[in-house]
Amino acid sequence: MYLQSGAEAVVSLKDGYVIKDRIPKRYRVAELDERIRKERTRAEARLMSDARRCGVATPIIHDIYDFTIEMEYIDGKPVKYVIDETMCKLMGKLIGRLHSGGIIHGDLTTSNMIYSDDRIYLIDFGLAYVDGSVESRGVDIHVLFQTLESTHKDHEELIKAFSRGYRITLDMADEVLDRVKEIEKRGRYA
Amino acid sequence: MTTVLGIEGTAWNLSAAIVDEDDVIAEVTETYRPKTGGIHPREAAQHHALHASNVIERLLKEYRDKGHSPENIDAIAFSQGPGLGACLRTVATSARALALSLDVPLVGVNHCIGHVEIGRWKTPAVDPVVLYVSGGNSQVLAHRAGKYRIFGETLDIGIGNALDKFARGAGLTHPGGPKVEEYARKATNYVKMPYVVKGMDFSFSGLSTAATDSLKDNSLEDVCYSFQENAFAMLVEVTERALAHTGKSEVLLAGGVGANMRLREMLNVMCEDRGASFYVPEKRFMGDNGAMIAYTGLLMFNSGTTLPIESSHVDPSFRPDTVDVTWIIDEKEVL
Repeated sequence: MYLQSGAEAVVSLKDGYVIKDRIPKRYRVAELDERIRKERTRAEARLMSDARRCGVATPIIHDIYDFTIEMEYIDGKPVKYVIDETMCKLMGKLIGRLHSGGIIHGDLTTSNMIYSDDRIYLIDFGLAYVDGSVESRGVDIHVLFQTLESTHKDHEELIKAFSRGYRITLDMADEVLDRVKEIEKRGRYA
Repeated sequence: MTTVLGIEGTAWNLSAAIVDEDDVIAEVTETYRPKTGGIHPREAAQHHALHASNVIERLLKEYRDKGHSPENIDAIAFSQGPGLGACLRTVATSARALALSLDVPLVGVNHCIGHVEIGRWKTPAVDPVVLYVSGGNSQVLAHRAGKYRIFGETLDIGIGNALDKFARGAGLTHPGGPKVEEYARKATNYVKMPYVVKGMDFSFSGLSTAATDSLKDNSLEDVCYSFQENAFAMLVEVTERALAHTGKSEVLLAGGVGANMRLREMLNVMCEDRGASFYVPEKRFMGDNGAMIAYTGLLMFNSGTTLPIESSHVDPSFRPDTVDVTWIIDEKEVL
């Protein structure tokens, strides 16, 4: 089981489905709180479907309520545990397709990618948004590279393999990868 | 024991203080108050230039009167940025003159880090996620791998600036924040307004404009209330995310807008729900003050960081995450 709850939502497994429930925050006025949770639930579901249309595997949505998404449980392993260069190239192609489609994931980590049946599924679109700028794409990838650097000792090779895949599916890949280097220098935590 | 004299003057407050490891020994402040409108950068700088020597004289007198000799002063610290260029240059000039005449080293302090360090000094917070909110700055910071990293920040203007801008449009006098807070307490309705969090960043300029527009159809009280509710919820949300992301268990509130009781209440509720500790320094250490520059200068000086006069130029957009935090040593931390 790889399911994890975050600051915003509680994630659980029920009748074979993943239930992602956006929890109320007591510090916000109820009206604002409900509005934010509703908007984000809807946006997340929509972006998951949009991503699939771009050729990025995501869990199929089973049902949506006000603050809850019910989706398919992907039976596989987080990429974190099965990572190698082949996997990284596959990851690069996947994110290249997502970015080509104008979607930014917002929280790219090797825990948010599930390997199953020779495919990588992208999960947790809670911070995703629509943006085609070099800067947003750069930040998206910068976050992923940081995860690789902090958790895998052969990260340099992994980053190279990722970049090879990313260039295949995104036309302006080099421009984005150059920006990543610039973002690193800024020392800004995104 | 190390003793450092520090001068703050990034915006409207000119403040100088002398501190040692234990406490603030002396502090003198002169505040620029615009007759109309907001802070005029040139007038603020002229105010600082007019009062600088007088503030330092009074500070040294207070220090002597308490039985100390200026010969005990080990270094002169000054706020090197971020801030209004003209104000920064005025303060830097005083600091250089003072360092030369006392023949002690100069230390250039990042203003944002000054707020963080005085909070860590004057509250029990050890390794907090810091919400720093003032007129010009709005950031969520935390220490990680030798730097104070910015986890989230404003994409346009500071929250204090947004409040002041709206308040001026509503006919309230500067500074507008406290007045907005007062009106908000008498509100009866919540009015829908923009809520802008992008990833870990927030934006206030659209909210400020929307609030001004909605004054046409709603009472000032209701608009003030709704403005605060949205703006502060954005700040608290990003602070909570930073807590979850870093695994830290303390929140420290810093900066002048931290005086707002509704913001404190919301942060407190969030921390309660997460089982985190929430710390707020006493009011004199929240707004811009000389003690925070002196104390941060002391930490830097004691860990070997000084600034040669010839490279002591100011930096109006000085980012806190470019400063090596030489005074915190914990090698356990990993990215």
